[in-house]
Amino acid sequence: MSHYEVKAGPEAFLPPAAATMGNVLPDPGEAHIEGRIVPEEEAYEYCARKLLEAKVPTIFPGPLVLWKWNDHVAEKATAIRELANAVPMRLIPMADYRPKYPKIDAAVEINPNHPNLTIWHNKIDVCIFVGVHCHQANLALKMIRAATDCYTIAMCAQAGHEDACLSFRDATPEKIRTLIKAVEKLKSEGVKSQANDFTQFKMDRTGLIVKPS
Amino acid sequence: MSKEKIAICEDLADIMPPEYHELVESATFGNQDRGWKDIGSSKELIEQHSLCAGCPESIAFRYILASLPAPENTVFVGSTGCTSLVFPHVAVQNIHSLFGNQNAIASGLKRALKCRFPDIEKDVVVLAGDGATVDIGLDMTMQSWFRQEKFTTICFDNELYANTGGQESGLMQKGFVAKMAPKGKNFEKVRLAEIARESGCAYVAVLTVSKPNRVEQAIKNAVLVAREVGPTFVQLYTPCILEIGKQSMEGLDEMKDAESIGGRFVQKEYITDEAQKLLDSIKEETKARKKAAKEAKKSVNA
Ligand SMILES: Cc1ncc(C[n+]2csc(CCOP(=O)(O)OP(=O)(O)O)c2C)c(N)n1
Ligand code: SF4
Ligand SMILES: [Mg+2]
Repeated sequence: MSHYEVKAGPEAFLPPAAATMGNVLPDPGEAHIEGRIVPEEEAYEYCARKLLEAKVPTIFPGPLVLWKWNDHVAEKATAIRELANAVPMRLIPMADYRPKYPKIDAAVEINPNHPNLTIWHNKIDVCIFVGVHCHQANLALKMIRAATDCYTIAMCAQAGHEDACLSFRDATPEKIRTLIKAVEKLKSEGVKSQANDFTQFKMDRTGLIVKPS
Repeated sequence: MSKEKIAICEDLADIMPPEYHELVESATFGNQDRGWKDIGSSKELIEQHSLCAGCPESIAFRYILASLPAPENTVFVGSTGCTSLVFPHVAVQNIHSLFGNQNAIASGLKRALKCRFPDIEKDVVVLAGDGATVDIGLDMTMQSWFRQEKFTTICFDNELYANTGGQESGLMQKGFVAKMAPKGKNFEKVRLAEIARESGCAYVAVLTVSKPNRVEQAIKNAVLVAREVGPTFVQLYTPCILEIGKQSMEGLDEMKDAESIGGRFVQKEYITDEAQKLLDSIKEETKARKKAAKEAKKSVNA
């Protein structure tokens, strides 16, 4: 059993990959919290509390949920939007994995090559990765742990991410909605969202139509 | 990916960057007659590039991407080198392979796609540098031709190993001195087009990328012949301006010099009879289709 805790950083210039420290992925029906394997139910509540405590909670949806690969994915995108509205959380896409030259616009995008720039710029303290390909997510999660104090959560459709501070696995629209229910339950018990007020930006073919604030 | 899948989830569409809205709305996916002339009027399938300013490889990418007959059903296989840094910017499925292995990977991929999608024509296109194609990967390149694997191999020939600082390549010309080949090359440029022909390629073309219409034709021919007949090979001169000491504006002149009479890249093609027959019939069909479309338009207007 590993004793390596996957905590929010800043950890070091090159934090170890959690897997090399002996951390293992959760089995179906489980999740991990900071490297500790727990039943999924426990993770929902813990995650919901993290989201509500955050000043700038943010979802980073990736290409696997931004593009309409099939109806299941479209449903997942709907659930992600519902989660963003329920907490509330900002949405900043990881639309592709380009390094983006000459300069990434950190207010409206994140890429795995410079994820810390987006976290710093927006002062993001808790984030959820969803729909990002495994290796790109692992790269970004490690860099965020290295250089920022942001708490990372992976809503992973496959086997989970050791390098996130908290990771679900086999994510479906239903699981995202279970998380929403956990948020609503805490709210009904009096837990208030600590999120700063913000305006969600909007874009179309012409560029930004609603600026972020 | 079929062209129907090139759609953004409605509930997240308003956070997608503008370039993706454009890709969905004005790219030429599904247009049978797509070609280099769409550049400037339609959304291109390359967003940015990470090559040196003025590198002819960048314009080669643009022409190739504009000319693929069915980009939504194409998978590129790349290899290490300057070209590999461009693929993250390209809106066509692609796989990066270990340096030199590209034709072996493409062989497996083409066969797997055939099993997985028996009713859809999936085009596999290798795109790699000369070091990958003719030196370290020559075994894989030739073996795939011997086996008659039905995909296209495109070689970006810049006559040296550009990405690692200018080492000698088999396609470098005799006597050339490069930064990391200070004694000058001792033997002749490998005649890869002739090797391709003798190894069983049904269509072979050698040209520069100075003229977009020629690049378009060569790429279309190569991909269409690879679907029906057998392996095809296109060798494009994309001079490394950095390593031959040219300015960013001088790539075009360098290509024009190289393709003029007596130059190393005078355009040439080797086509088997079977491939020629196929290309002739495609030409006829296209002509008839366009004529019918024109007449239909006329009768609507009348
Ligand atoms: C197996 C392996 N051997 C060597 C290398 C080092 N390497 C990287 S790029 C390169 C040269 C690429 O030359 P070329 O294929 O001509 O492409 P160019 O950069 O000129 O476009 C080499 C040798 C590698 N990445 N992998
Ligand atoms: S090193 Fe040469 S081939 Fe590579 S991008 Fe620069 S000019 Fe092009
Ligand atoms: Mg080269």
